[in-house]
Amino acid sequence: MANSLHIEGLRAGYGAVQVLEGISLHVNDGETVALLGTNGNGKSTLMKCIMGIVPLRTGSITAVIDGIEHNLAGQATEDIVNLGIALIPEGRRLFPRLTVEENLLLGAYRPIARDAIARNLAFCHEVFPRLAERRTQLAGSMSGGEQQMLTLARALMTAPKILLIDEPSVGLSPLLVSHIINQIRDLKERYGLTVLMAEQNFHQAIRIADRGYVIVHGRIEYEGSSRDELSNNALIRKLYMGL
Amino acid sequence: MKNRTFAALAFATAVAVIAASRLIPNDYFFSAAYTVLQFIILATAWNILGGYTGYVNFGSAAFFATGAYSSVFLYKALHAPLVVMIVTGTLAAGLLGLAVGYLTLRMRGVFFAIATLALAVVLYTFVVNWDYVGGARGAYIIQPRVIPFGLPRYIHLLYSAMVLMTALALVIARAIETSTIGRGLAAIRDDELAAECAGVPTLRLKLFSATVSGALMGMAGTTFPYYLAYIEPSAAFSLSYAVNSIAMPLIGGMMSWVGPVIGAVLLGSVQQIVQVTISSAWNLLIVGVLLVAFVTLAPNGIMGWVDAWRRKRR
Repeated sequence: MANSLHIEGLRAGYGAVQVLEGISLHVNDGETVALLGTNGNGKSTLMKCIMGIVPLRTGSITAVIDGIEHNLAGQATEDIVNLGIALIPEGRRLFPRLTVEENLLLGAYRPIARDAIARNLAFCHEVFPRLAERRTQLAGSMSGGEQQMLTLARALMTAPKILLIDEPSVGLSPLLVSHIINQIRDLKERYGLTVLMAEQNFHQAIRIADRGYVIVHGRIEYEGSSRDELSNNALIRKLYMGL
Repeated sequence: MKNRTFAALAFATAVAVIAASRLIPNDYFFSAAYTVLQFIILATAWNILGGYTGYVNFGSAAFFATGAYSSVFLYKALHAPLVVMIVTGTLAAGLLGLAVGYLTLRMRGVFFAIATLALAVVLYTFVVNWDYVGGARGAYIIQPRVIPFGLPRYIHLLYSAMVLMTALALVIARAIETSTIGRGLAAIRDDELAAECAGVPTLRLKLFSATVSGALMGMAGTTFPYYLAYIEPSAAFSLSYAVNSIAMPLIGGMMSWVGPVIGAVLLGSVQQIVQVTISSAWNLLIVGVLLVAFVTLAPNGIMGWVDAWRRKRR
């Protein structure tokens, strides 16, 4: 069934500061869309806005989940998660003083996910065998790569239809970044997820993205409808390659 | 252990303790035990918001005094029986807790702690100026002459009530800790944003936690006017309630319901002993020294040691 995300004319910010100045974008069913942009351009704010953590000022956010349209504006975060939208926040954000297993079980806090706990947990352990080994270890005591795995697995425990990923590469070595990006691709294919991924690491993001947007100072400055288009765009060359 | 089994066990123990205490001839025991039990409830209640949820409440005295002064009010207005006082005071403090819960919407960490401290100051000023409950002069609360259940003195009744209330507080704290709610609270404590992203209804859980925590702290205060027979604002709003209800879980360990109990028994008894052997002025000093020692040497409290030892053995 179709799952997609549509954002029109979105403005949002914190107090007197306006961060997003009229963002419009959409993610179609089964797509992986990259949200590119350097630091401080509003990628994370956009993600938080979709999840209802930062309130929007004007504009609209709608999600189609299993063919049914939902208006996300003004909804509480837990209700948005309940619809089947999950955010993997930037910087891993685990529950460091809880065990790996408790972290995973927290992912399944929403009632719908609770029914499928055993199946999802088994799936997570199958995809990330390391997490099964470290079940009783405190999450905060794992390595950066393992922690990123756990955040991915935790998001999967909510049984999402649309997955938002905020900077999966932050604080990881290049090898691990490429590993994580591969895992995101595999999971997306297995689960049939619809993915919106904010990323600074252009080369890694572009490997798995179908399309992409470039966000500069809270505006979408460029929309590339294919991988090639993105790679050959002058703005991206300027922002990322200094050419 | 299932919650129901634990509850049955806790109340059975409480009744047994009450029955066994009848054999103790010394009245001082009841008075001292009352104080220690009162601190067990305060510490346990504080830990629900402070330890499980991670919101440090510096205004324990406000909740305690809400319980105490609602009893004073009921005494003056209706000469209500003790049970009514306990229930009303608990509910009133619970309402106050709910209000404090809404503070967590905008305030975290130090800011939340300062706001709760301010709450205590505001309530204190309010009570000082409320003549009906005695104002700054304080109020005399005469213990009833007829004592139910054939108990020899009124302190025995207050002590028995305190034992039962302690059992209730522990049962509630443990039930929260072992439930899905407890896991959600732990998530809020560790990382509120991540908790929200995982679909934990953070606001609802924080309101719940603040309400229960406040209600139980208030419950501990409801019998206090009868205990002293005279109550004044500076006694009910004493800083020592705030300090002790933070220090006890910190020393015992904040991750489980056992920690506050250990901390309260330890600190509470030490304070009682010091009070009769040295002087009551030393109490807070000792709390302070122990607090510094534990924060530096055992940041996870006594239960932290136990957990580390268990993990090593595994």
